[in-house]
Amino acid sequence: MNRYPAWKYALIALAVVLGFLYTLPNFYGESPAVQVSSGRATVKVEASTLARVEEALKKANVAYTAALLDANSVRVRFADTDTQLKAKDLVNQALNPDPANPTFVVALNLLSSSPNWLTAIHALPMYLGLDLRGGVHFLLQVDMQAALTKRLDSLAGDARSQMREKNIRHSGIAREGQSVRVRFRDAETREKAKRLIGDSISDLVLTESQDGEEFRLVGTLKQEAVKRTQDYALKQNITTLHNRINELGVAEPVIQQQGADRIVVQLPGVQDTAKAKDILGRTASLEIRMVDEEKMNPETLAAAAKGEVPFGDEYYVERNGAPLLVKKAVVLTGDRLTDAQPGFDNQTQEPAVHLTLDGTGARIFRDVTRESIGKRMAILLIEKGKGEVVTAPVIRSEIGGGRVQISGRMSTVEANDTALLLRAGSLAAPMEIIEERTVGPSLGKDNIEKGFSSTKWGFLAIVAFMSAYYVLFGLISSAALGVNLMFLVALLSLLQATLTLPGIAAIALTLGMAIDSNVLINERIREEVRGGATPQAAITAGYERAFGTILDSNITTLIAGLALLIFGSGAVRGFAVVHCLGILTSIFSSVMVSRAIVNLIYGHRRRVQHLSIGDTGWK
Amino acid sequence: MEFFKIRRTIPFMRHALVFNIVSLITFILAVVFLASKGLHFSVEFTGGTVMEISYKDTADVDRIRGALDKAGFKDTAVQNFGSSRDVMIRMPIVQGQSSADLSQKVMGTLQADNKDAELRRVEFVGPQVGKELAENGALALLVVSIGIVLYLALRFEWKFGLSAIIANLHDVVIILGFFALFQWEFSLPVLAAVLAVLGYSVNESVVVFDRVRENFRKMRKASTPDVIDAAITGTISRTIITHGSTQIMVTTMLIFGGPALHYFALALTIGICFGIYSSVLVASPLLMWLKVDRSQFAKVKKDKREENDGAVV
Repeated sequence: MNRYPAWKYALIALAVVLGFLYTLPNFYGESPAVQVSSGRATVKVEASTLARVEEALKKANVAYTAALLDANSVRVRFADTDTQLKAKDLVNQALNPDPANPTFVVALNLLSSSPNWLTAIHALPMYLGLDLRGGVHFLLQVDMQAALTKRLDSLAGDARSQMREKNIRHSGIAREGQSVRVRFRDAETREKAKRLIGDSISDLVLTESQDGEEFRLVGTLKQEAVKRTQDYALKQNITTLHNRINELGVAEPVIQQQGADRIVVQLPGVQDTAKAKDILGRTASLEIRMVDEEKMNPETLAAAAKGEVPFGDEYYVERNGAPLLVKKAVVLTGDRLTDAQPGFDNQTQEPAVHLTLDGTGARIFRDVTRESIGKRMAILLIEKGKGEVVTAPVIRSEIGGGRVQISGRMSTVEANDTALLLRAGSLAAPMEIIEERTVGPSLGKDNIEKGFSSTKWGFLAIVAFMSAYYVLFGLISSAALGVNLMFLVALLSLLQATLTLPGIAAIALTLGMAIDSNVLINERIREEVRGGATPQAAITAGYERAFGTILDSNITTLIAGLALLIFGSGAVRGFAVVHCLGILTSIFSSVMVSRAIVNLIYGHRRRVQHLSIGDTGWK
Repeated sequence: MEFFKIRRTIPFMRHALVFNIVSLITFILAVVFLASKGLHFSVEFTGGTVMEISYKDTADVDRIRGALDKAGFKDTAVQNFGSSRDVMIRMPIVQGQSSADLSQKVMGTLQADNKDAELRRVEFVGPQVGKELAENGALALLVVSIGIVLYLALRFEWKFGLSAIIANLHDVVIILGFFALFQWEFSLPVLAAVLAVLGYSVNESVVVFDRVRENFRKMRKASTPDVIDAAITGTISRTIITHGSTQIMVTTMLIFGGPALHYFALALTIGICFGIYSSVLVASPLLMWLKVDRSQFAKVKKDKREENDGAVV
């Protein structure tokens, strides 16, 4: 009666083997590595990058143990830190010929030293949180009010220029708070304006009001426009942060949205918070200027390359390598750019980038283009006082209305990247750091060690006690507890959930609580034996009767765990994830696994005289 | 080995009133401490900056205070943390000063004073985050309580749910009372511990309640107090062994876990000790006074699986 069918043993054995496989990578430790990832939106890491890295290392006779290419990066593993440092410099020189303007981010990292076949089945070590590996964590709050006022400002500008075009006379237009107000002298003009603005600016809800002689039109942002503006601001800020953080050379930065208006930035291994904060807070700007074609000829360009730039000009190199002389006078700044999207030219179906300018920007742009047909303009991204030419198109015709299309000699990918760069240049809305956490590497190591040793000693103490108290059944319970620990670690590795110090505490606590199920079972079996049941019947009854209780008590614990998971943040969530997973694994291991072992030991014997479960002789 | 050779049912319910008065007094004391002293919230809840700095030799706390005062940092609290070589500095939120500058300036000051100073940890929390954390914590507590009552009401009966949650919320208040009395730091991990204790000690009540239900069916002629006494006596050895095992883990955390896990483990220790007491000796009398009786289970028995009828060989 205490026998499992063969498939059940097989299933449990399979689970244990899988658990073991996915726990395995955690034992190999880590070895130093160099990670190469893209430093620009326009550059992709491909097989050719891997080849270049390997070639550079081979040429310098630097030995490496493995070189891998994954979705966004090339990783090369080395035997020791000295080689790693040497290799980093070598790879950096090979990939970034111009150190002032790096194309790739070359960063030091640690890689699991587990063999490749484990990596191939996605068996990775647990993902350690910042409190265990050291690093910086920021929580940034995006100022959404500012994003909305910026949007309203630009809509007010649009409305102004449109009314001027249609000769609608108003006595003032301005943004006041979170609305745009236009004043008129009579109701008739207001009606005309309302129709015009209502048709052309779909983001505004218009309401009319009157104050004595003054007729007013008040526009507020539609709900969906508010949402769109906020989403856009958040996405753009995240993109911008990505670009900036690339400069820091962080191996695995995390930049994520949290809630409606917050961004989490985690930089593992970064100790220099000052630099990190500087980079997060920096503002980049976009400038549109004219190319100085009159002075541009091979001689002046050659001279400019040597530093003799003509007066009033600046020397730049386009991204395709062509040199340019650009006038210092700024035509437009990025503030006037409200959007940049990749798309296609309506007539030629060529890939193109569509820019949208606000009212004022559109007017300036129209004036400039009217005067400069056939000439070239340059769009520059200025960061840290250093400019880069994003694109330098030829003006074909006068462009009014604020919708600008850049096309020609562009692939779809290039169009995408240019749009991204144009958008990413500046932050859509200011941000403020509302939470910061820095953990030094020595503290991280201490935390791992302390968490690990408390789990280890606690586990050993429980094993010692259980084995002394319940003898063979205690050993079986301990084995089940060990399997539970293994499953938990395997699950955490498989899910790549972030393990933090509270998470390690949760592992320890969950183990301490999981033994409860086995105590319940063992106590029940003892009770049955004392009550006169035969050993086999006592085992069956013990497991069956305890199961209902085990389920009830684990479900109540799980309710608490889930509530923590849903409402908790930071430390609490790290605890809750492990706690909940631990409850699930413990039900399986303490009931199924321990039963399987008991069945294997006792279930297949014809006659069992006595169960090795400690003292049951008293009455 | 067997610690509990209990041959006779222990008449716990005869002393029910005493148990409840004891727990009422502890509860009231805890509330008084909470009200008079309040909790010493960590920076996660209040907002502000905490820095942990490690020195090669014994840190001179007075000198660090002096150096910070001289550099113009106001309202800083400096204290030893974990060992004599580590110090912790707390600073309130200063209007108009960003966290970024603050921690760097402090570090600059300290390194100018003693170049061995090594930054171990900085934590800055803005005021808006702290408020949210407190709200979410309270919400979690509420959801856990409602969830547990609902589950127990579904699985047993509403009286079981109610008495379990009263008994265990009183644990929570007592843990908080301890933190208020000794002014231990109440941080996020402590909050997690408190809620974990809530789920954990409900466990305990569930085990006893399961037995109560079973005994109602088995002991046809016994009175309610007798049934409850038998249930507690039947489970007491398991209760103590389980709690002992969990406490072994928590104790190792207390010993080896270092300062980061200290208060977490402490909250669990208090929770486990009072958990045994309240979930067994408070929840069960409450159950009795809510007038639980056999009739509720007689009906259930017919359509439920016969899990408590014992094995048939």
